[in-house]
Amino acid sequence: MTPSAESRAVPRSLLRRVFTTDHHAIGLGYLALAFVAVVAGTLMSLVMRVHLVWPDRLIPLHGPVTPEEYLALVTLHGTLMLFFVLTTAPQSGFGNLILPSQIGAREMAFPVLNALGLWTTVAALIVLLASSFVEGGAAISGWTAYPPLSAIASAGPGQGLGLDLWLASIAIFGVGSLFGAVNTLATIVAKRCDGMTWERMPLTVWAWFTAALLSLIAFSVLLAALMLLFCDRHAGTSFFLPTGDLVNGTLHTGGNGSPLLWLHLFWFFGHPEVYIAILPGMGLTSMILANFARRRVFAYRTMIVTTLLIGLLGILVWGHHMFVAGLNPFVGSAFAISTMAIALPSAAKVISWLATVWRSRPSYPTPMLFALGFVSLFVAGGLTGPILAQPILDQYLHNTYFVVAHFHLIMAMAGIFGLYAATYYWFPILTRTASMPNGRLLSETLGKWHFWTTFLGAYATFLPMHIAGLAGEPRHYAQFIGIPNAAAQHLIDGAMGMQRHITYSAIFLISAQMLFVVNLLVSWRRGELAGENPWEATTSEWHRPASNEWIAVYRAPCIYIQHSGNESGGEVFLPQWVPERKPE
Amino acid sequence: MYSNPVAALPWYLPVDGAAHGPALDRHLILNLWLAAALFVLAHLILLTGMLLRRTTAARRTTLVEYLPVAALALLFAFLTIRSERLWAASRYTGADPSALQVEVTGMQFAWYFRYPGTDATFGRTRPQLVEPGAGNPLGIDPADQAGTDDIVASELVLPAGRMVDLRLQAQDVIHGFFIPGMRVKQNAVPGQTIHLHFTPTEPGTYPILCTQLCGLGHYRMSANLRVVTPAEYAAWLKERSGGQP
Repeated sequence: MTPSAESRAVPRSLLRRVFTTDHHAIGLGYLALAFVAVVAGTLMSLVMRVHLVWPDRLIPLHGPVTPEEYLALVTLHGTLMLFFVLTTAPQSGFGNLILPSQIGAREMAFPVLNALGLWTTVAALIVLLASSFVEGGAAISGWTAYPPLSAIASAGPGQGLGLDLWLASIAIFGVGSLFGAVNTLATIVAKRCDGMTWERMPLTVWAWFTAALLSLIAFSVLLAALMLLFCDRHAGTSFFLPTGDLVNGTLHTGGNGSPLLWLHLFWFFGHPEVYIAILPGMGLTSMILANFARRRVFAYRTMIVTTLLIGLLGILVWGHHMFVAGLNPFVGSAFAISTMAIALPSAAKVISWLATVWRSRPSYPTPMLFALGFVSLFVAGGLTGPILAQPILDQYLHNTYFVVAHFHLIMAMAGIFGLYAATYYWFPILTRTASMPNGRLLSETLGKWHFWTTFLGAYATFLPMHIAGLAGEPRHYAQFIGIPNAAAQHLIDGAMGMQRHITYSAIFLISAQMLFVVNLLVSWRRGELAGENPWEATTSEWHRPASNEWIAVYRAPCIYIQHSGNESGGEVFLPQWVPERKPE
Repeated sequence: MYSNPVAALPWYLPVDGAAHGPALDRHLILNLWLAAALFVLAHLILLTGMLLRRTTAARRTTLVEYLPVAALALLFAFLTIRSERLWAASRYTGADPSALQVEVTGMQFAWYFRYPGTDATFGRTRPQLVEPGAGNPLGIDPADQAGTDDIVASELVLPAGRMVDLRLQAQDVIHGFFIPGMRVKQNAVPGQTIHLHFTPTEPGTYPILCTQLCGLGHYRMSANLRVVTPAEYAAWLKERSGGQP
């Protein structure tokens, strides 16, 4: 029985139970929050997709979708998915649930700070969702909130109180993320058990470590930027506002600032942010592939180095979001080179995944399928990265559907496949209770259906977006009809067939997620009971030491040795926590 | 809508009517084929590796570890150099001194194009004087003589074969100036004047779109680029400047 499970067995007041400092409960809390956010964000994308191709269709209980409502949906969808799903679930959710036991710690370094992080994030989500209900509605300036659109309330509906609440929400979220990052770093540095050297840390831990470092750097800068924008809006400063800016009748006569400063600060945060979202999935993919291939992770040391390298380069590539923003063209060249460079450690990871699986005849339970799907989508989305990294090509493709395809494949789809792999793989740990210490498994049958439909739906939805982008169709268009210019309407009409196909695929993709929801609900209460180490894993989150037991690890993860006399795959796996080789 | 009978190039690219366009298209198409080939290659290796009989023999890893990355490094270096040359050619230096001067102003939710008129000088503008209802959307200052002959148009008319030097400005928020048919895109940023130059070659009508989210009317912020013959351009200019040469 884990110590946390023991303490949960003791009856406590409801308040203590809710405001717990137990990392397991906090991790589940983060996952529940991410689940709410992902459901909301997904339903919003469904409304957007339906509206784009059937603009006359009324939304039930609402009516027609106006352009400002569409843009509010874009903003909320991006903000929910980026911050409250892809940052929260892999890093804070699974980080809290799995990280301590993977390094042989019984708890996180700062339990109270940890709880504070969760409740700060909950507050941020409530503030964000509340912004839809204020006068003018939610902000319409996208998750990147470029000024002056975001700096002046008269710039559009939602840019008044709606945007103030958006700023508040992200600032609160940023503070919560800093709490989480400090906690994660301190835990990894200080709480590793005996024998858990840096080189023996599972790649998931390396990913959480790197992502926490990035969080610390990136969110600090974002907080500063949010503060400056808030001052521009309410304190009469002009960090991002040039003199003589005339927005919808409001003339700015104050100081002379530059909107480009916001772009620099925002993307200095924004690009590391996408690595914060994807690194844990990359680490987990390495571990899962090795686990089910019964192989060591190919080039383990190189994988540690590439994780750190992606983190380092990740803070040096922000300018590739700004090739056409009005920078000196030499700056574009410099960022093109740093961005091309980050493709190499990413490619090294793909090669490691291919080499780990190569001639291994792996088994294919659902977590393995999602890890393989992660590899496929990471390759598909990753390969358009070097294309967009070339300024001359970006001057055609920037802010078209090509970019939407790129980041949805590599960040949204690969990211969510990482989360699904994590959920199917670690479900027994998620569902552990005092009376059921091994937890439950998700249904494999539903899981396989879920995987194949989601995999198909992901490609069917996002591959065609490349074509719409190549045809020149811009993103962020609230509707594809009623454009008061025949030539522009003609260009948009040309991609309409593709857009209809994308909407059908999106409906299919979203419907397929019901398989997961059903699986989750059914398996949480009645799923098959898991064994002690159901996937025969080597990493120590599957080890449940007694409360007085000395925790130590004895070797690197993913060690498999040949069973004598059995040549065809009779390897014995050696968990990190087992002192000696198991008797054969 | 397009004067060119070819409606779509490979990969659904729209008709390309700029001097720098064909080289850009070739480079883009090369990139797309390479990405498609690498996608197929990675999946073939993955599937083959999954299907082949299991081996447990110790493997030499150094070669597999570094050779593909080295090959990709060379490939990416090649693409970077090739594209940087194109980028340098179109962006590192300004326009020819002989280029046609046009000022482009983006505002919620329209594009305006200003030609300097016979004196080849743009008149001063002041945001306080902006009055779209009174026919002065750019706030041209009547006190400045240079502004009296300025032509303000809601479409961009350019003669084929002559380089144009656009001065991009934004009155209110950031807008994205995108002409798919000219293969150019550049944000117009409030408080800045950004130069963008290119040479249209194919006469025809090309849509100009906004590619930077600028408010609720972002989707309908568009205009036309009309590329005409030099003679037609001269006639248009004459008509717009009230018959003066």
